[in-house]
Amino acid sequence: MRRDVFQAIADPTRRAILGKLANQAMTPNALAEHFDSSRQAISKHIKILTECRLVEQQQAGREIYYYFNSKKLKEVDKWLQPFRSLWEQRFDQLDAVLNNLKNKKS
Amino acid sequence: MILQKETIFKKDLANKKINVKREFEAPVEQVWKAWTESQLLDQWWAPKPWKAHTQSMDFRDGGTWLYYMEGPEGERHYCRADYKSIIPNKSYEGLDAFCDEKGNINTGFPRMYWKVNFSKTSAGTMVETEITFDSLADLEKIVEMGFQEGFTAAHGNLDMLLAEDK
Repeated sequence: MRRDVFQAIADPTRRAILGKLANQAMTPNALAEHFDSSRQAISKHIKILTECRLVEQQQAGREIYYYFNSKKLKEVDKWLQPFRSLWEQRFDQLDAVLNNLKNKKS
Repeated sequence: MILQKETIFKKDLANKKINVKREFEAPVEQVWKAWTESQLLDQWWAPKPWKAHTQSMDFRDGGTWLYYMEGPEGERHYCRADYKSIIPNKSYEGLDAFCDEKGNINTGFPRMYWKVNFSKTSAGTMVETEITFDSLADLEKIVEMGFQEGFTAAHGNLDMLLAEDK
């Protein structure tokens, strides 16, 4: 669900995790070393991130690697597109209104 | 001076905030008027094919703008904006809500908080709008509603504007 993506990125620790994973894929242990929180807390965050597919995991030999799924984050942008179009359209109309005001004066 | 009529969006979802920035080719006083006088607001506030119609406008601290958006099928959505912290030609704040024709707020819908700032630029006026939501779920709901009402369906009016310029 989309809302989960928003809830996932609303948390500062989860954003920091995504930031780390955006640089490189990491094992759970390597990732946890970057944070002061307990390993348990980090794995809870990871769980939320994988549930909404912002983070994917891949098995490499014996290790699991987490990596950042940037496609999922782009969905957020797509979702905001109607909002963006609304404002762009509104402002184009405002241009016309201002143009009329100018013409009336001169 | 070339003015870039590009709308710049910055989203800060962690703080439930969206910033919208756009420059206009007109003096601050005129842009301010267009944002604060109902007869002008009616001309641009609703994205086509929707139309905004003011029922009442009281633009002062504690005052309210009551209007409705009329859709292509004649459907009406009543909205109100409550104003505060008005500094003429500089900034104001507003709180948006959906309501009935008497202005009674429909609490089932999310509200948006506005801060609009106007500043002089070499080519005209920069308008910066900061929109804040109570929750990300609210933001999602607002975007979805806008989408369903076909706010974005018509881009035809842009072509019309370009034709007018000629």
